[in-house]
Amino acid sequence: MATTAPGNLLITTVTKAANWARTRSMFPATFGLACCAIEMMASGAAHYDLARFGMEVFRASPRQADLMIVAGRVSQKMAPVLRQVYDQMPDPKWVISMGACASTGGMFNNYALVQGVDQVVPVDIYLPGCPPGPQSLMHGILTLHDKIMAGEIVN
Amino acid sequence: MNPVLESLAAGFDTVAWEESHGQDVARVPGEDWEAFARAAKEIGFEVCADVTAVDWLRQRPERYEVVANLLSIAHRTRLRMITSVGREDPTVASLTPIWPGAGFAEREVYDMFGIHFDGHPDLTRILMPDEWEGHPLRKDFGVGSVPVQFKESHQVS
Amino acid sequence: MVDEMTGMTEGGRPPSNPPSETPEGGRPPSTPPSEKTAMTEGGPPPSTPPGETRDTLDIWVAGTEEPQFQPTDEGTQEFGPDETEARLDEQFGRVVDDDYIFDDEVSDDERSVLNMGPQHPSTHGVLRLQLELEGEVIRRTKPIIGYLHTGMEKTAEQLSFYQGPTNVTRMDYLAPLHCELAYSLAVERLLGIEVPPRAAAIRILMTELNRVSSHLVALATNGMDIGALSMMIYGFRERESILAFFEKTTGLRMNHNYIRPGGVAADLPPRWKDDVAAILDDLPGRLDDYDDLLKANPIWIARTQGVGVISAEEAIAFSITGPALRAAGVDWDLRRAFPYSGIDQYEFDVPVGKSGDVYDRYRVRVDEILESLKIVEQVMDAIPKGDYRVADAKITPPPRGRIDESMEALIHHFKLFTEGFKVPSGETYVAVESPRGELGCYLVSDGEAQPYRMHTRAPSFYNLQALPIAMADSLVADTIATIASMDPVMGDVDR
Repeated sequence: MATTAPGNLLITTVTKAANWARTRSMFPATFGLACCAIEMMASGAAHYDLARFGMEVFRASPRQADLMIVAGRVSQKMAPVLRQVYDQMPDPKWVISMGACASTGGMFNNYALVQGVDQVVPVDIYLPGCPPGPQSLMHGILTLHDKIMAGEIVN
Repeated sequence: MNPVLESLAAGFDTVAWEESHGQDVARVPGEDWEAFARAAKEIGFEVCADVTAVDWLRQRPERYEVVANLLSIAHRTRLRMITSVGREDPTVASLTPIWPGAGFAEREVYDMFGIHFDGHPDLTRILMPDEWEGHPLRKDFGVGSVPVQFKESHQVS
Repeated sequence: MVDEMTGMTEGGRPPSNPPSETPEGGRPPSTPPSEKTAMTEGGPPPSTPPGETRDTLDIWVAGTEEPQFQPTDEGTQEFGPDETEARLDEQFGRVVDDDYIFDDEVSDDERSVLNMGPQHPSTHGVLRLQLELEGEVIRRTKPIIGYLHTGMEKTAEQLSFYQGPTNVTRMDYLAPLHCELAYSLAVERLLGIEVPPRAAAIRILMTELNRVSSHLVALATNGMDIGALSMMIYGFRERESILAFFEKTTGLRMNHNYIRPGGVAADLPPRWKDDVAAILDDLPGRLDDYDDLLKANPIWIARTQGVGVISAEEAIAFSITGPALRAAGVDWDLRRAFPYSGIDQYEFDVPVGKSGDVYDRYRVRVDEILESLKIVEQVMDAIPKGDYRVADAKITPPPRGRIDESMEALIHHFKLFTEGFKVPSGETYVAVESPRGELGCYLVSDGEAQPYRMHTRAPSFYNLQALPIAMADSLVADTIATIASMDPVMGDVDR
């Protein structure tokens, strides 16, 4: 909205500043489910440090988080929980679906898994890998940062 | 047969003993399932390592087999008990009063196969959601796979 | 509530039937009971004689019309048609007949049901616990699992035997090589083949390193949950060096698909001994650092000793195996009792604890890391030369180079990767000692190229059954410590 107001330099600069602030301290919500959660923890640990992007604080409460990294396979029983946690996050919020199981159901194309988390929540970034290593996760996060900075994702 | 099991075999003559790749297997008829399990615990099988089931669908006269793997720490040996259960209203005595550790395993067998366990304190679904219908590991329950679509392909029906 | 306030100022427990002249605080002003109809909202159930107040717990009993507070049914898995008074009495603690609650008197205090999980930072994955709390003390616990159920056993029936390890490796994702090893040993037993000694030694090397990395995660999360946040960083830092070695050897940091029926997927990389020697040099010193941080730390000791006690009898009754059983004092390790893959040629000790509390489990794990490093060193010194997989062409794919040269190699490769090798019918159960306990694979084959039934005996599934016992009459804060010390991996539990 603000960026389309014609000739309004002040508002576009504020939007840009807001986007910059949002990317530089995005708090992930802990939604680690399975093997990808371990890689997510490893990327928050010392070797591949997520703290350099301002993100080492994994908020347990979704009310305090911006980013939900769905790390792992989402089963039928977990899908309503996922939706509830997503709904509890305040705007602006983003979702990264980490790993093959979260993106498409992965190698488990069967009755027990939701075939892709985008059937339950809207996803901004899909990360392939089984599990994606910390470098892939960071590439995904930085891509999300770029997209937010460029204004492609307004929400 | 392991000498430890001699006394157990002597007490039950309806049980057929086999050896499967170096492990002792006892095929126990359904009515003796609980008594045999108690006797096995008496002679030293303190741990029930696993309870599971196999669905033979049409390959055997009785559709399901319930398998209990027992472990004896004192004698350092294993024993497998197998019983066959029919397709109509499959029911087996529960091993949970004997070994509390079998509680979750029997719930899983109920959830996945639909086999009831008499005497289980809390026989409810454990892995699937409560309102799920059907028993997934039965052979007539499909895998539930969805067709995989690729970006450039046409709509897969 | 007014009456309970007056009760407490008199210095005693509030009476269960407060005097009728004091209005019950929880009851909103409403029409007198005699005028009540069945569908009126609020007020006591019509069966109350006028003028008499009811205990607030009574309104939870099924069969009363329009109770004031609807009991929540999220996740209660048993509100079924056979809900009798007697059963509800038992569930709400009015009739207590389980022997692990020490206070036999029926308590009039309100018990609240607190739901912990499935999304919770300290439950090690998607474990949900329903805690029945009396103040800060937990009276009953009910673990609810199934939030990570992936249908792996059904998937295993669709995959060939050679593809099986890709499936089972994702069960216990902190010890994937152990899962693959149990599966491969089961398949090999049904096939009736023995892997070459070099393959067996490589398997032991990889699984013992995997045990080290899994226990490091256990220490890291254990420390973080209890408050030693730096343990998390330390544990994962050491793990990185092991994962780097795994990546060099198997291609992946986790979920390796390396141990396959017939041997291993590829030989160890050149100069692997330098990498392993670096790990062996580095880790014992780091473990000393962790001991400096934790072992004699009064806060750590106060939070872990005497907490979450599981005695040996309870552990055996609940089929608990692994460090939790050994910490209770039972000297049982499958590497000694039923040795697999040639592990009995290496010398190692099995650490055994005494009291079965969280502290002993922590010490058992730290000592197991050191023992595993001893085994790794022995393997490194004594590894035999030879094939890394069995030489049977009907089971093992040919080397890639040969496919260009030989027609048989091409045909074998094609058959093995499209259809797979057939396994003679039979059934077997093989168990290995994973970092969490006895990890077994019950495999049934009917002569086809896919397993007829593949069931994994998951150690964490059984270890979780003891949580109600370990957490009974303990504080909420101790719950976290207890769960962390049982080290459940939900992929294993739910499969």
